[in-house]
Amino acid sequence: MANIVSDVICTFCGTLCDDLEIELSDDGRKIKEVYHACAIGAEKFLHSQAEDRITRPRMQDDDGNWTEVSYEEAAKYTAKILCDAKKPLMYGWSSTSCEAQSVGHEIAEAVGGMVDNTATVCHGSSLIAVQDVGIPSCTLGEAMNRADRVVFWGCNPAHAHPRHMSRYSVYPRGFFTGKGSKSRKVVVVDPRKTDTASLADAHLQLEQGRDYELLSAFRVAFRGEKLPDFVAGIPKDQIYEAADLLKSGRFVIIYFGMGVTQSLGKNHNIDIAIGLTRDLNDYTKAAIMPMRGHYNVTGSGEVLGWQFGFPFCVDLSRGVARYNPGETSSNDLLIRDEVDAVFVLGSDPGAHFPISSVKKIAQLPSVAIDPHLTPTTAVCKLHVPVAFVGVEVGGCCYRMDNVPIESRKVVDPPEGMLTDQEFLTMVLGEVRKNKGV
Amino acid sequence: MTKITLNLLTGRTIQQGATMEGGKEKKAYTKACAIIEMTPEDMKRLNVWKNTNVRVSNEFGSVTVKAVVADQGLHPGDAYMPMGPWSNMVVDPNTYSTGMPTFKGTPIEIEVAINEPIYDSQELVRRACGLKV
Ligand code: SF4
Repeated sequence: MANIVSDVICTFCGTLCDDLEIELSDDGRKIKEVYHACAIGAEKFLHSQAEDRITRPRMQDDDGNWTEVSYEEAAKYTAKILCDAKKPLMYGWSSTSCEAQSVGHEIAEAVGGMVDNTATVCHGSSLIAVQDVGIPSCTLGEAMNRADRVVFWGCNPAHAHPRHMSRYSVYPRGFFTGKGSKSRKVVVVDPRKTDTASLADAHLQLEQGRDYELLSAFRVAFRGEKLPDFVAGIPKDQIYEAADLLKSGRFVIIYFGMGVTQSLGKNHNIDIAIGLTRDLNDYTKAAIMPMRGHYNVTGSGEVLGWQFGFPFCVDLSRGVARYNPGETSSNDLLIRDEVDAVFVLGSDPGAHFPISSVKKIAQLPSVAIDPHLTPTTAVCKLHVPVAFVGVEVGGCCYRMDNVPIESRKVVDPPEGMLTDQEFLTMVLGEVRKNKGV
Repeated sequence: MTKITLNLLTGRTIQQGATMEGGKEKKAYTKACAIIEMTPEDMKRLNVWKNTNVRVSNEFGSVTVKAVVADQGLHPGDAYMPMGPWSNMVVDPNTYSTGMPTFKGTPIEIEVAINEPIYDSQELVRRACGLKV
């Protein structure tokens, strides 16, 4: 009989699908097949089995030659660069469990680090907006059972959250949405005719970067006031029509993504999107939700939130927690040469930060803790490979709607490999020794 | 040589996501991400066949990638690159006090660069950082 593990959690994107089935070899040591996951999720599980995987920490010299070191040496080096630094940047945290994050924060507190997660290049603008104006939101379960009007604004789940539409937003049959996709009208707002847009009942292909104007126009249209002939390149009739479509729904859910958070306007684009959601509640019920990317970026915000009071960009260098995005955010710190060591865990700034920031990382004492080979590990002095969370070790993760889900271990990591939580605990021990506490 | 100016958007594609999980050092990742998508009109303006190497540059940097026709329709004048080290050679790092670099809406210039190599992710970043390759 096939050796199948069911109800496995996919730890790739913020959809955190919890219905995967994984077929193991008879001895339970190898993953043979992944069922129900999307292409990205399946690749994640299968790649963890790669023969050429790096399984021991390595340090590189000035000529780019790598030497294998032990986890103990790696922990000592990591603790030393963090303790020697005046203001180390401790970045990433979004591809690991809440338990590991918590140990990382203890280290950060001891060394006076700057703790920032991937929201800084993702939904950081949304977090700022939520602090400014609040957010009327809901869970994906509520959206699935109730929402009959679905808006995707500046997001493309067909590519970024491939099973979001089939599990929660468009296709599933819910309690009040018994006919599945037939019970819902979908509106997509995106400057590209994305694969998500091609499934929509209405696509507003606005000019890139003019979301704020179009969002304002919707608020005008809800009130039945006059609009100019075109807003953001969209004819006014199309805006009135889409506004009526939303008002006529019983429950509107607006999902938004990088199209609004990364274009100019940034947090202000989200302010007004939340304002629009508030307005809609005068006519019907409406909620709004950010499409969070990494599987546990939401959890990183939660853990930082309950430990220090802020969801990202936390400055612990003064002995109290401070927060000021624009100043205490990773890219600003790197560009202004304000940090003197870089620690990266569960993220790849080498690939996903502007190159000017990556150049700064390459010049500093640096460590990258990541199961994969990445552009970050290519420029850091020390690379510490660890077990995959959600594949080789379990742990708590938060879905994009702030629902915590316990991820599961499916197979053992390669012989002798540590989990990130175990490695961080070693580093914490070394830090305490260095500091004499 | 023809040079055209476009507005660059960057973001996720499913190929980018899947090949990234398959290993960023692998060829498939370079193939999925070291590209720039344009409209057929802009390809014509640039006088370029699809799958030709082009140099994308602006005040922030420069990178060589393959020109392809966008399979998810763009406005003429817009170009799209999958998120990753190639697009990040030219995105606008300014955060305007929000912490968020301007990943969407960066003006770029494109010109044909048939003889320039396309580096894999590791080599690209190491070269840009002045490290030995
Ligand atoms: S949608 Fe996201 S969580 Fe679900 S299987 Fe795909 S990558 Fe994994």
